[in-house]
Amino acid sequence: MKPAAFIRHVPKTLDEALKVLSDVAPDDGRVLAGGQSLVPIMAFRLAKPAHLVDINEVEGLQHIACDGKTLSIGARVRHAAFHKPVVDGPLGALLSYVARHIAHYPIRMRGTFCGSLAHADPSSEWCLVSATLGATMVVKSTRGERRIAAADFFEGIMSTALAEDELLAEVRLPLLAADTKFGFYEFSRRAGDFAMASSLVTYRLAGGKIADARVGVGGAEPSPRRIAEAEAALNGNAPGEDHFRAAAAAAADAVEPLEDHQTTGEYRRDLVRAVVHRALEHSI
Amino acid sequence: MTGTKQTYVGQSLPRLEDRPLLTGQGRFAADISFPGQWTMRVVRSGVAHGKILSIDVDAALALPGVHAVWTGADVAHIPPIPFRLTGLKTLEPYRQPVLAQDIVRYVGEPVAVVFAADAYVAEDAADLIDIAIEPLPAQVRATEPPGAFAEGLSTEPGVIRKGFGDIEAAFRDAHAVVSLELSVGRHSGVPMETRGAIGRYDEARDILEMHGAAKVPHWNRDTIAQMLGRERHSVQFFEGHVGGGFGIRGEIYPEDVLVCAAALTFRRPVKWIEDRREHLIAANHSRDQTHRIRAAIDAQGHILGIDNEFFHDNGAYIRTHAATVPDLAAAMLPGPYRVPAYRVAGHIRLTNKTPAGTYRAPGRYESTFVRERLLDAIAAEVGVDTVEIRRRNLIAKSAMPYTLGLETLGTHIVYDSGDYALLLDKTLAAAGWDELQTQLQARRAQGEKVGAGVAMFVEKSGLGPFDTVRVDILPDGGVDVITGVASIGQGIETVIAQICADALGVRYDTIRVIHGQTDRIDRGMGAFASRVTVMCGEATRMAANKLRDKALQHAAQLMQTGAESLDIVDGEVVRIGGGPSMPLRELARALPDGLSAEDTFESTHMVYPYGVHVAAVKVDAATGAVAIERYVIGYDIGKAVNPKLVEGQIAGGLAQGIGGAFLEEFLYDEAGEPLSVTFADYLMPTAREVPASTILITEDAPSPLNTLGLKGAGEGGANPAGAALAAAIDDALQRPGAVTRLPVTPMRLKAMTSG
Repeated sequence: MKPAAFIRHVPKTLDEALKVLSDVAPDDGRVLAGGQSLVPIMAFRLAKPAHLVDINEVEGLQHIACDGKTLSIGARVRHAAFHKPVVDGPLGALLSYVARHIAHYPIRMRGTFCGSLAHADPSSEWCLVSATLGATMVVKSTRGERRIAAADFFEGIMSTALAEDELLAEVRLPLLAADTKFGFYEFSRRAGDFAMASSLVTYRLAGGKIADARVGVGGAEPSPRRIAEAEAALNGNAPGEDHFRAAAAAAADAVEPLEDHQTTGEYRRDLVRAVVHRALEHSI
Repeated sequence: MTGTKQTYVGQSLPRLEDRPLLTGQGRFAADISFPGQWTMRVVRSGVAHGKILSIDVDAALALPGVHAVWTGADVAHIPPIPFRLTGLKTLEPYRQPVLAQDIVRYVGEPVAVVFAADAYVAEDAADLIDIAIEPLPAQVRATEPPGAFAEGLSTEPGVIRKGFGDIEAAFRDAHAVVSLELSVGRHSGVPMETRGAIGRYDEARDILEMHGAAKVPHWNRDTIAQMLGRERHSVQFFEGHVGGGFGIRGEIYPEDVLVCAAALTFRRPVKWIEDRREHLIAANHSRDQTHRIRAAIDAQGHILGIDNEFFHDNGAYIRTHAATVPDLAAAMLPGPYRVPAYRVAGHIRLTNKTPAGTYRAPGRYESTFVRERLLDAIAAEVGVDTVEIRRRNLIAKSAMPYTLGLETLGTHIVYDSGDYALLLDKTLAAAGWDELQTQLQARRAQGEKVGAGVAMFVEKSGLGPFDTVRVDILPDGGVDVITGVASIGQGIETVIAQICADALGVRYDTIRVIHGQTDRIDRGMGAFASRVTVMCGEATRMAANKLRDKALQHAAQLMQTGAESLDIVDGEVVRIGGGPSMPLRELARALPDGLSAEDTFESTHMVYPYGVHVAAVKVDAATGAVAIERYVIGYDIGKAVNPKLVEGQIAGGLAQGIGGAFLEEFLYDEAGEPLSVTFADYLMPTAREVPASTILITEDAPSPLNTLGLKGAGEGGANPAGAALAAAIDDALQRPGAVTRLPVTPMRLKAMTSG
């Protein structure tokens, strides 16, 4: 469990980082941020990158900024930054609540928000948040900048729309209206493990009825996504057990669950039902 | 002055061994290095069963920093690793070679070793070794008909058969017969410190050293000497700190032999430190046993006879423990109950998986699960509650000592003392059992799936045949206790010091307990089978008493008085009733040969602690998860030398018992590919999964077989945990007999709740 040899580059500026990434990307270069996934994978020699572009000293990537409409999160922002709400209102509370479910404390002190998205583990809490809330990825390379909607960003298990020379420099999350309700629930065999299924829901109430429902499911399919069938079961209905149960059932029916040697698709579908239901229960 | 003498035994005193551990001065295997050392890396089979066609090492040898590569041919002259315990003759052809010879039999089997300048180069080189293997069909289930291990050798090398009473009559006369098929999954001890071994040859003294020894250094010293054709005094083993043993650490494995052989061959220190992935496929696995069991009962649920057939999945080879685990499972199954007739057939089966050995409560975690499931099934059959069925069948205090009529580990099983019904009462009271039942019923009526279960067991401990201890008074007034046992982190320095302090009359913190050093004492049995406190403790008491007598005889002459008018208090020889005193250190300095004494405790019988676990759980019907709401353990160990350390032993054992009940499982696919090779797949319980438990240590049944009444405390935390949790889940589901297999994973439990 010693990694294969690699060259570590430590750029100080974004331009420098993009330049070196552009240079080494064709030669199996990878970005190193928090390293909480990449480094263990390297220790197992499942990945043997020849170059690591360590962005931990790059100026200008450590910001959490709010312009009144969106929250911008730079590539060096750690999970632990969200332990306390980073903005007033429901978004800050939501991120704070979700952050506490990410792995364990030492991992949250080091792992980064953007790194989690770039790694694109199906179980990632931040990937679920980004897919559910409709994040925008700000992606940079020496070729310029482009923006990718979350729905287009996640392409499968540990697979994204990022090109090999591109850095996920920033993620932008839309602020939530002040009256937004949210709920989150994830299931894993042990506290801190990768979720076997997770769900994030948000909605507003208009005249006592659910409006703008968003139901995201993570951990169950190759990428987290919103489940339109579940949202339809909620919109226009009063929050409560009957409609929550219907939405959970709709989500369970809609997913095409991942299977592995410890988890059948049938069981994963049961978990989706449970986590969506509990996320909705948590929302009240 | 005599009235002020402090008693150390029975006190929860701080551990003497903690200072270096807490200040970062520990010396674990990886901390030990020698100048000029080479690093060894093991290249392991990626195929579960196959014929080695070729091994190409050229690319590895060409890598800068690589010194040598060995394959099976280089070590063909080294015999396979012999048995330490329960070595049946029929098992010998199944011993493991130190490197595979022509055939590989499990994924993880050592096929080659690289010797290189450092661990990085060694791993690079290992990746370059190309092994061509022609796959053969893999045997992955012990319950299937045996196949061939090799030409003329079946994969069932033996069947353990034991029994007593008229089993045919018991079933013929039975009011009813209860039959179950039950299995315990494959899991094992996973210590925080992985294995490690550093071989070093001192040419000037012609001494081969092995550092990183654990558990049984003397036996291992003798065995390595024999395997490598050396005189045993020309081999020395050194035990440093050991980060957990649990049965699996410290046995002789191929890697231990290889570092020693390499150190001799290359005249270089050779270091091997196991990585975690290796550990999960290379170190002993355990449990993995399926029982088909039947009980003949009368109308009241009294057991008339038990017929126990089981299949023990021992993995690919028979390692040092030989038949120990199935033998213990066979012999300990009757437990605390009157069983008039018993018959067991334990099939030892080899499969293409990592070889198995002992793990904390070996054979008993399995057999207790099976027996206690059986008791619960009998209760359901008769229509009484699970506590009542146990009361009806427990062996009475008046029957002690109780000769079971079976043998294991070369001893007759005679339960030396016990009041099982009393401990059941005490533990249920501590658990608030009656009130708990009322609460659980009320909550179930509200739709919650909550329940409670009880499991009882008899443990064994204090395996002989001997332990020797020497006690030396040092010129500075300190006391050395030199033993042939080992410390695997369980606190023996403290416990042995407490016993010595009382017997000798010195402060416990002036005592240094030396263990695991073959150059300090010529023989010793090591640390396993919950034996150290019992065997070494009694030997220490005997040696310390001898030393005390000797000291008083000498002091009487120097102090011109009779020995009977002297005592030793806090390291000073004092006159009873007052007057001038003399420190032991001065006495030691005054004597030309110093002051020391040695004694040996021999024992041909084990001692049998016993216990009760009570678990209350809540099942999450939507996910299949289980939350443990209450856990109470009652354990009678005769005499607790240091109750806090006993609690630690029990709490740690419980965590492992919970792991085996819910989380830990080495899974394989049909081709014998291991699926649990990292901590992402092999799930250990963490602080979040292990509940606070209530531990009741009782001393109602001191052992009559040693002076202090000691019994071992190492394994009772793990032993019945799977059984108690299974019973609690049954109760929560209100479905007796629902749990037939451990671990109970959420998916399996969800299937039970839906089915």
